[in-house]
Amino acid sequence: MPDPHSEVQAAVTLRVNGAEHTLSIDPRTTLLDLLRETLHLTGTKKGCDHGQCGACTIHVNGRRVNACLALAVAHDRDEIRTIEGLAEGDRLHPMQAAFLQKDAYQCGYCTAGQIMSAVALLDEPCGPEDADVRELMSGNICRCGAYANIVAAIQQVRGS
Amino acid sequence: MQGFAFQRAADAAAAIALGAGAGTAQQGARVRFLAGGTTLIDLMKLGVETPETVVDINHLGLDGIGRAADGGLAIGATARNSDLAHHPIVLAEYPALSQAILAGASTQLRNAATTAGNLLQRTRCMYFRDPASACNKRAPGSGCPAIGGAHRMLAILGTSEHCIASNPSDMAVAMLMHDAVVHVQGVGGARQVPLDDFFLLPGDRPERENVLEPGDLITEVTLPPAEPGARSCYLKLRDRVSYEFALVSAAVSATMAEGRIVTARFALGGVGTKPWRIPAAEAILAGQAPDAALFRRAADLALAGARPQRQNGFKLELARRCLVHALTQVTA
Ligand SMILES: Cc1cc2nc3c(=O)[nH]c(=O)nc-3n(C[C@H](O)[C@H](O)[C@H](O)COP(=O)(O)OP(=O)(O)OC[C@H]3O[C@@H](n4cnc5c(N)ncnc54)[C@H](O)[C@@H]3O)c2cc1C
Ligand code: FES
Ligand code: FES
Repeated sequence: MPDPHSEVQAAVTLRVNGAEHTLSIDPRTTLLDLLRETLHLTGTKKGCDHGQCGACTIHVNGRRVNACLALAVAHDRDEIRTIEGLAEGDRLHPMQAAFLQKDAYQCGYCTAGQIMSAVALLDEPCGPEDADVRELMSGNICRCGAYANIVAAIQQVRGS
Repeated sequence: MQGFAFQRAADAAAAIALGAGAGTAQQGARVRFLAGGTTLIDLMKLGVETPETVVDINHLGLDGIGRAADGGLAIGATARNSDLAHHPIVLAEYPALSQAILAGASTQLRNAATTAGNLLQRTRCMYFRDPASACNKRAPGSGCPAIGGAHRMLAILGTSEHCIASNPSDMAVAMLMHDAVVHVQGVGGARQVPLDDFFLLPGDRPERENVLEPGDLITEVTLPPAEPGARSCYLKLRDRVSYEFALVSAAVSATMAEGRIVTARFALGGVGTKPWRIPAAEAILAGQAPDAALFRRAADLALAGARPQRQNGFKLELARRCLVHALTQVTA
């Protein structure tokens, strides 16, 4: 079926990991597709594309959201942070270092989303127990079942 | 996803004017407001929603949370579910509302999801979500494959021969228990609708889910002041311990004096085609001493008329136990 609106373009300025990008995009573009396909920031992963798995978790204005359910045009001038924006040069973010140290992944597909959620969790109301962490991390599915080590990595950073 | 024109509304009046051209505010709307997008974008990707115009309402200043004029709670339509759940007034005076929100979805989703968007989220019925299937809600007159098909998660109350889709919202159940009122602005001015009247039963028009008309913009939801001394909670039972929709849930609140119940109120989720509240079932609790048999009688009244299907008959007993347990907790 011919699509009556496929030619529609919209202008948007995005601030991604501190860099500003002014783009003309199809309004259908999600933040996830824009990051991966247009800006080639492929650290953010697409799992389900429907808000169900958390692989696409990024920070918008300091809060974690699912990039697959966010229209890029709706985030004009918002401050966006992806997994690529966590390290300072060669210095890993403490959460990245903890994931390495605790072996908190297997295939690694969910890992960027897990780490972005975990970093956001540090600033959220969260009880001290492993169960509290598991509850707040339940929006990030790991097909490899690395959960035990993911919780351990997060607790290590929270404890330090 | 079908293409659409994107508009950022400058103010509420502009949003309403754009929305007025939607044809319907129900299934098949040609104009949709964009709040958190966690329902709308999902359904647009599936081809269930195909708006020609999407109107961003995130910059209208409708995100406040504070005291209502009567001392209750005023919740802006675009306040984020996370902000509402962690708001000091909500934590202190409406804990069941906080618990209900935090029992739903994930932190990522709650950070994006809004008050009005949550109320207007759509059923998770798999036939509704699949344009290749028949579904009276999505394609009126095409039939309901859930009846006789996969319906374990679906409703046992408020159903019709045309639709048994359950309302999936947790937040709405707690709001209904608290006598929430939905504030709507439309082409004809402003109006207030009690939440119980806001949702419609499917009947023979399951594509109509609420009283909204084209252009109608929800501006806020208000709750009357919480009863002094009331204890409340939200109990959600589901297949997984987190990040899963309710099989059944209960929002309950009670005030006690000298070992007897003074007032009690409750609403049920996961069981109805809309969040379910039966005031007559609450009324039998007043003046009584808390007791499991009494709570069971109230549950039976609330669940009267339930029409389970082959796969979801378990919800009847599960809902009874859920309500009895929650009432026991707040009256202990
Ligand atoms: C994987 C997953 C799991 C989930 N689990 C749960 C759960 O366990 N419990 C639960 O309760 N929910 C759950 N949800 C649903 C979630 O709570 C809703 O998607 C969310 O609350 C919708 O809010 P939103 O602001 O993103 O709405 P949007 O998607 O922006 O909007 C939804 C609808 O409301 C309309 N709308 C929005 N604002 C207004 C307004 N002010 N006036 C008029 N119309 C308006 C839109 O046009 C659209 O039609 C889940 C969702 C996902 C994706
Ligand atoms: S890709 Fe976004 S939640 Fe799965
Ligand atoms: S490490 Fe493989 S999905 Fe999580």
